[in-house]
Amino acid sequence: MNPRLDPVKAPMLRMLWRKAVNMTMLTLTGLFTLLAITPLIWILVYVVREGAPALSLSFFTELPTPAGIPGGGLANALVGSAITVGLGVVLAAPIGVLTAFYVAAHPNTPLGLSVRFATDVISGVPSIVMGIFAYTIIVLPQRHFSALAGGVVLAFIMLPIIIRTTEEMLKLVPNALREGSLALGASEWRTSWSVLLPAAINGVLTGLMLGMARAAGEAAPMLFTAFGNPFMSTALDQPIATLPHTIFVYAISPYADWHAKAWATALVLIGLVLVLNLLARLIIWWRTCQLGSVTR
Amino acid sequence: MTRFTAAWRHGDRLFDATIILAALSVLLLVATIGYELWQNSALSRAMFGWNFLFTSDWDPALEQVFGALPFIMGTLVTSLVALLIAVPVGVGVAVFLAELAPDWLRQPLGLLVEMLAAVPSVVYGMWGLFNFVPIFVKPLAQWLNQSFGFLPIFAGPVYGPSRLAASLLLAIMILPTIAVVSRDVFRAIPPAQREAALALGATRWEMIWQVLIPYGLSGLLGAVILGLGRALGETVAVTMVIGNNLDLSASLLHPGYTMASIIANEFAEATFELYLHALIEIGLILFCLTLGLNLAARLLVWRVARRAPQEARA
Repeated sequence: MNPRLDPVKAPMLRMLWRKAVNMTMLTLTGLFTLLAITPLIWILVYVVREGAPALSLSFFTELPTPAGIPGGGLANALVGSAITVGLGVVLAAPIGVLTAFYVAAHPNTPLGLSVRFATDVISGVPSIVMGIFAYTIIVLPQRHFSALAGGVVLAFIMLPIIIRTTEEMLKLVPNALREGSLALGASEWRTSWSVLLPAAINGVLTGLMLGMARAAGEAAPMLFTAFGNPFMSTALDQPIATLPHTIFVYAISPYADWHAKAWATALVLIGLVLVLNLLARLIIWWRTCQLGSVTR
Repeated sequence: MTRFTAAWRHGDRLFDATIILAALSVLLLVATIGYELWQNSALSRAMFGWNFLFTSDWDPALEQVFGALPFIMGTLVTSLVALLIAVPVGVGVAVFLAELAPDWLRQPLGLLVEMLAAVPSVVYGMWGLFNFVPIFVKPLAQWLNQSFGFLPIFAGPVYGPSRLAASLLLAIMILPTIAVVSRDVFRAIPPAQREAALALGATRWEMIWQVLIPYGLSGLLGAVILGLGRALGETVAVTMVIGNNLDLSASLLHPGYTMASIIANEFAEATFELYLHALIEIGLILFCLTLGLNLAARLLVWRVARRAPQEARA
């Protein structure tokens, strides 16, 4: 019998069907979530399993040996990553924080809107294209690859992250604080410097940490800016090795020994990046709770 | 007293000037990127014109002709396949995180998904190359070829590194972006929408599918655009698993090439100026694509912002 014709059973069947669809789809979203975090666990387990045996003290202190000769380390890449990321922070932080002050204070002026759009565009530009840009403005005129070009590229990559995070944190500072300062006769810049910045300093730090975490993992633009260097170098005008670039070069090489080194480097890098990210999120979470209670 | 005030005012002006200068420098940066890419691809643009986009000869060694079609196709195909997988899964994750998960599970699960976005792309690439592709992608490709080999997109022979491998890896990499942004979209939907749907007798799924998703559609589109942008520009991970082959065949199981990976592979070795300019022109195309995506996302947001007040009144 066609259930649609039965005035009693039809609505019941329809209800059963709707409940079944409901259960199926809700279960599916849960399964999707499991599916989504599987790669993270898989990658972490695999990187630790492959990388931990190759980690030793000499990994951090010695220079790379030629392929096939055991031993050696990647001290040069550690130093190189520290130098390029450090240079990036030094270049990007002041511009990023000041820009965030402007955008937070003038969110709806034409300049404020265009700067926000420009920030979106910069964060959307693929890092490899940023690499080309740094190549054309630094490597081409100087006629050689350099740590400076690597640091500049990382500064461009960090800039939008710093601007956004700082802006978000500045917006969280209760207006009453700002008004109080102005009412006491402080000027705008005094208020910004002595009231807003201390209140938002955690936001600035968070932005810097997220920016560093992102920059520390960038391999693509390093291919033709910092370029890599098998020796220890601290000079800004010379090519320099970095951790992600070393992983790339070692991973696509045919040597088992280099593969092991690449895994160890990946372990160090992933540890660094995840710790920076977790710390940053902890600060954001703590700050949001704190400021949230002040506003209430 | 007036002098004192004037001095502070002066300080204000200095401060204003500084922050305006910083803001302007950000605008200048975008303009300079476009200008430099345009200038430094002049030779290639003059030589090949629009044909650059539609020809597939890439021969730096003998003929010195350059056409970007294989790379454009490769980028579009891998990004679209990645979206096809990552969008339903990502929105599903967002629904679970925003609507269904118990409170104690939300924070840790959300954190895990966000950490997935923080893993450097070179680590994804290495994991893909040594673990994911041989263990998962290759058997999957063999199965697809055996079961659906009559379709041109699953035609053999089967390789490990392939467009399919790159697409799957990209799907994993853009999934957290889509999931996190969509979750925030769902969270921003007023509870009244949910209560109204449930009060009318909708099941939870009907509330999600018929009320929340249409309500947040533009935000979800924004999430998709962000994911697409990330997929288009992804470089090292794709370069490590796509096989780097100029083959123009339709098969997903064949090795291919993308715009970002040709730049990564050949830029440092571009020996003459036309070669370099051709590679930079590919960079220019990528830049224009991401600029266009950002404009689209921005227009979407404006349209919604303009619509919102009317909705509130109605």
